[in-house]
Amino acid sequence: MHANTLVHKLWMAFTGLFLCFFLVIHLLGNLQLLLPAERAQLQFNAYSHLLSGNILIKIISYVLYASIILHVVYALIITLQNRAANDKGYAKDNRGQVSKWYSRNMGVLGTIILIFLVIHFRDYWYVYKFGHLPLDSNGDKDLYTLVVSSFQEGWYVCLYVLCMWALGFHLLHGFYSATRTLGVYHPKYVRWLKQFGWLYTGCITLGFTLIPIYVYFVNH
Amino acid sequence: MALDPKIPQGELDKKWSHYKATAKLVNPANRRKLDIIVIGAGLAGSSAAASLAEQGYHIKCFCFHDTPRRAHSVAAQGGVNACKNYHNDGDNIFRMFYDTLKGGDFRAREANVYRLAECSANLIDQAVAQGVPFAREYGGYLANRSFGGVQVSRTFYARGQTGQQLLLGAYQALMRQVAAEQVQMFTRHEMLDVVLIDGKAKGVIVRNMDTGEIERHGAHAVILATGGFGKIYYLSTLAMACNGSAIWRAYKKGAYMGNPSWTQIHPTSLPQSGENQSKLTLMSESLRNDGRIWVPKAANDNRTANSIPEGERDYYLERKYPAFGNLAPRDIASRAAKERIDAGYGVGPTHNAVYLDFSKALAEQGEKKITAKYGNLFRMYEKITGINAYKEPMRISPAAHFSMGGLWVDYELMTTIPGLFALGEANFADHGANRLGANSLLQACVDGYFVAPITVPNYLAGEIRAAKVDINDEAFAIAEKNVRQQIDTLLAIKGTQPADHFHKQLGRILYDKCGLSRSAEGLQQAIAEIRDLRASFYIDLTIPGTGNEINSELEKALRVADYLEIGELMCIDALNRNESCGAHFREEYQTPDGEAMRDDAHYAYVSAWQYDGPGLPPILNKENLHFEFVQPTVRNYK
Amino acid sequence: MQVFLKIWRQAGPSDAGKLVDYSLDNISEEMSFLDMLDTLNDMLTRKGEMPVEFDHDCREGICGQCGVMINGRAHGPLKNTTTCQLHMRSFKNGDTIYIEPFRASSFPIKRDLKVDRSAFDKIIQSGGFITERTGQAPEANDIPIPFETAEEAFDAAACIGCGACVAVCKNSSAALFTAAKITHLALLPQGKYESQKRVLNMVNTMDEQGFGHCSNTEACEAECPQQISVLHIARMNYEFNKALVLKK
Repeated sequence: MHANTLVHKLWMAFTGLFLCFFLVIHLLGNLQLLLPAERAQLQFNAYSHLLSGNILIKIISYVLYASIILHVVYALIITLQNRAANDKGYAKDNRGQVSKWYSRNMGVLGTIILIFLVIHFRDYWYVYKFGHLPLDSNGDKDLYTLVVSSFQEGWYVCLYVLCMWALGFHLLHGFYSATRTLGVYHPKYVRWLKQFGWLYTGCITLGFTLIPIYVYFVNH
Repeated sequence: MALDPKIPQGELDKKWSHYKATAKLVNPANRRKLDIIVIGAGLAGSSAAASLAEQGYHIKCFCFHDTPRRAHSVAAQGGVNACKNYHNDGDNIFRMFYDTLKGGDFRAREANVYRLAECSANLIDQAVAQGVPFAREYGGYLANRSFGGVQVSRTFYARGQTGQQLLLGAYQALMRQVAAEQVQMFTRHEMLDVVLIDGKAKGVIVRNMDTGEIERHGAHAVILATGGFGKIYYLSTLAMACNGSAIWRAYKKGAYMGNPSWTQIHPTSLPQSGENQSKLTLMSESLRNDGRIWVPKAANDNRTANSIPEGERDYYLERKYPAFGNLAPRDIASRAAKERIDAGYGVGPTHNAVYLDFSKALAEQGEKKITAKYGNLFRMYEKITGINAYKEPMRISPAAHFSMGGLWVDYELMTTIPGLFALGEANFADHGANRLGANSLLQACVDGYFVAPITVPNYLAGEIRAAKVDINDEAFAIAEKNVRQQIDTLLAIKGTQPADHFHKQLGRILYDKCGLSRSAEGLQQAIAEIRDLRASFYIDLTIPGTGNEINSELEKALRVADYLEIGELMCIDALNRNESCGAHFREEYQTPDGEAMRDDAHYAYVSAWQYDGPGLPPILNKENLHFEFVQPTVRNYK
Repeated sequence: MQVFLKIWRQAGPSDAGKLVDYSLDNISEEMSFLDMLDTLNDMLTRKGEMPVEFDHDCREGICGQCGVMINGRAHGPLKNTTTCQLHMRSFKNGDTIYIEPFRASSFPIKRDLKVDRSAFDKIIQSGGFITERTGQAPEANDIPIPFETAEEAFDAAACIGCGACVAVCKNSSAALFTAAKITHLALLPQGKYESQKRVLNMVNTMDEQGFGHCSNTEACEAECPQQISVLHIARMNYEFNKALVLKK
C-alpha cells in the first residue's frame, strides 16, 4: 500500500492527538506554579526532576519529540500536495465566507506554535538539560525560579499568551478534525466529541494562559 | 406500404418468452470480435452499453456531455412504474399493460406494451441490486405511491430524484465496463451521421466537440439512444442540449420516423418570465393532488391573486371535469389551461399562466402537512420565482415535455435500417399518443437492460462472419464529406442572427400551431412559416469562430438546422391524422363539449414517415395496429 | 438593472487567460444567472465575437453540468444552490460580478468557463459501483433495508457531480464527492461485499488524479447543492481505516 493522502492524515491525527494528551500532562505539571511560592518551588522542581530521570518518561519523551517532528513533516508534505492540487487561485476569492478562518489557517497557526516551541525549548528545556541551574533546598535544579523570573517580563507574558491563543485555535480545529480522520462519523458521537473538543481546548488554553498572567501579577 | 413489426405469434403473455427462447445467440468467442456503437449514454444508452458489454461485446459509447451522468434522464422526478403488487391492491402485468395502452389512447402496439409491463418487475430488482436507494417503509421493504391515470400503487421512487438515481445506477454499471476496457467511452462527441454499407448500419460520423475533429467509427451494429426532441419548442422542460439530430440523420439515411408530431405537453411547469428565458422548470405533477387550478372569471384581470374574491374565480378543471377535477390527465389539463390563457384569462405579468392554489388545502390540512408533502417543491418554487406559495398561489403553465414519437422500430427495437436500433425516448414505441407518468424511466430501462441485450445479439448472430468494419470504405468518406460540407455551409453564411433566434421562432410556431391543439389550417400555415424560416436561416445565420474549436454556437446551429426540418415533418404528420387522440388534438375532431374524437376506423395505425430526398415530400407508410387482446374504448374523465 | 461583469476568457487549455470586462443593461430580477449569460452571448454573437463558453444543461439543478465561481463563491452567493438556480435578484443594480471557472489542477480549463471534470469519472471507474450483471438480481424485497439506512444512502447518493466541493476547497480536495459514493454503497447490503476494495481503490484514484487532502473546513458542505454532509467524509475515513487494518 503506497502512502496516500489518508495515510498522511492518519499520521497527522495520531501525532496530533498524542500531543493533545501531552498538553494535559504538561498543564497538570504547570498548575503547580499556582501554589504558594515556597511550596511551588520545591514541588515543581521535584516534578521536573522526576520527569528527567524515569526510563518510562524517557520513552514517552522520545515519542513526544518524534510526534512533533512527524506532525511538522507531514504537515509540510500535505501542504505542498495541497498547493499542487490548487495551483491557481481566484481573482476574487470569497470562499472564506463558508468556513472558519482557523480551519483554513492551520498551517499558519502551526507555524506560530512551532516558533514558540523553539523559543520554549531554548528557554527552559535546553537550559534545564544542558545549562547550569542553581539547586533548590532539596537539591533539585531550580527550574521554578527560571520560569517565574521569565514571567516577570510583561512582553514575554504577552507573547506567551498570544501563542497560547494560536495553540487554542489550532486545537479547536485540530482535535475534532483528527477524530474525523480517525473515522468517527456517527452524528451523536461526533456531537459529543465536538463538545469535548471545545471543553478540552478551553481548559488547555485558559490554563496555559492564566499561569503566566497569575505569576506576573502575583510578583508585581 | 404496410410495415411488418415482426411481432411474435402466440398468446400475449407468451410472446416475449417465446421470442427469448428462440432468439439467435452469439457464442462468447465471437462476441469479442463484434463491435457495437451506442449513441447516447442516458438511461437507455448506458444500460444497453453496460449490459451488452457484460455479455462480452466490444462497445463504443458516445455522448455529447462531459460525462454520461448528465444525460437528461437525470431530471425525471416522480418515479418508475412496476407491477410488483407490493400493495396487494390487485396490480398485475395485464392491468399495467391495459393502463398504459389506454393512457396512450390505444395508439400503441399491444405486444410492446405488454413486454414493457412484463419486464417492469425485473427492473426494480436490477436497480435495487445496483444500489439505487428507493424509498422504503419502516420495515425495510420498498415503498410505492400512486401516480396519474391508474388506480393502483405501482410507482417506485427515490424522493423527487428517481431519474437521477436510476441514471447513476446505469452510469456506474457503464463505468465498471469502462474500467474493464469492455466499453470505450467517448464523451463530448456528437453524432452527425450514420454510415450504411450494403444497406446495413455499419458506423457513424461524430464530431469531437472539444477539438472540432470529425471522426469515423465502424461497428457491426449501431444503437441510437438519444432521447427526445421536445426542445424543438425552444421553451420546454428539456435540457438545453437535448436534440433530435441523431434520429433525424438516421431518418435521412432511410430509417422511418414514427408519429413525430406526438409531443406531451406537461401541465405544471413554471411560466415564462421573460423574453430571454431559455428553459421552463417542471414542477412535480403531484402538486395537483392538493392544489386547485383557477383563473379569474373576468378576462385581463390585473388584480393580484389574493384580492380576487372567491366568487370571481373560475376553477375550470373542476367545472369541466367534475369526476377527475384537478387530477385530469396531463393532455386534458394542459389543453384546458391553454384554452383559458388564449381566451385572455391568463394570469401573471404577461398573462401566460394559471393559478395553482393551495389555500384550501392549507386551511384544511395545516401548513405542517402541506410542508411534509411538498416542502421541497415550495422551496424550489420560491428559489426560482421569489414567491412564497404558502401566501399566494403558484403560477403554472403548460410546457413541452416528452416525445412519444421517434424512430419507428419493430418488436426488436430495430429501425427500418438493418443493424440500426433505437432505444428509449428516441423510438416511438410504447406510449401511444400519450405517456403515463413514471413510464418514461421504465421504457428507457427496459429497452436498455432487457430488450436490446436479447434482440441486438439476435441480429449480430448473422454478422459473425462479417469482417471488422473498414472505416476507409467509400461510404464513410462520403458521409464525412457531407458532414464537413454542412458545417462549412453553416459557417459560411455569416448573416446577422444567432441560431437561438431561429430556434425561438420555430418554437413559437410549433407551440401555437402544432402543440396542444392543431387545426388543418394552422398546420398548413405552420408548414409555410417553417419553410420561410428555414430559408432565412440559411441566409441570415451567424456563427462566430470556426469548426476546429469548442464552439457552442456551431453546435446549436447544427441542431437547429435539423429542428427546422423535423418541425415541418411534425406538422405534416399532424395534418395527416384527421382525428384527435391523446396529445394529438385536432380542433376539427372534437365532440360538441370539446373532447377528443378518435377515429379507430381510419387512423388505428402508426404513421411511419420515409425520407424521399431533399425537397421532396416524405412518404407515408402505415403500420396497422391490431387489437387482439383488448377492445379500444373512449377515454372519459368527466 | 445594470451589471458589470468581469469574466475569465481563455481560448484553449494551454492559452493564457484573463478577466475581460462587459457591461449589461436591462437585466431583470426574474432572470436566472444563466439567462443573463445567454443575453451577453447573444450580444457577443451578433457582434461577431466569440461568446463566453460556459457549462450548463438541465437548468433545474440536477444534472451537475453548470458551475462557475461567482464573486469568489462556488455557484454564487447563495448556499446549497447551483449556478442555474441562482437568479439576478440576488444582485443589485450596479454590481460588479466576477465570473471565473472552477479552479483545481485536476479540473483543467477547456475554454473560458468550461472545465474538464473527467477526473470524477475516473474515481467512479475505480470502484464506485456494485459489481452486478444485468440478470443477476434477486427479488428486490428479498433483502430488506432499514428505512433510516435507505434514507442515509440516498442523502449520499444525491450527489450531482458538479465539482463545487472541489472548487470551494482550499485544497481542491475531492473528498466529499468520493466519500458520498463510498458511503452510499457501503451503507447498502448489496454494496458491502466489495466495500474494502472499493474504498482503497477510490481513495488511491482520488490521489492519482491530483486532488488535495481534506482539511475538514466544511466549506464543501455549505456550497454543495445537495447539502451532502461532511460526515460522509468521516465515514469514508472509517471505511478506509477499517480496510487498512483488515486488509490481508
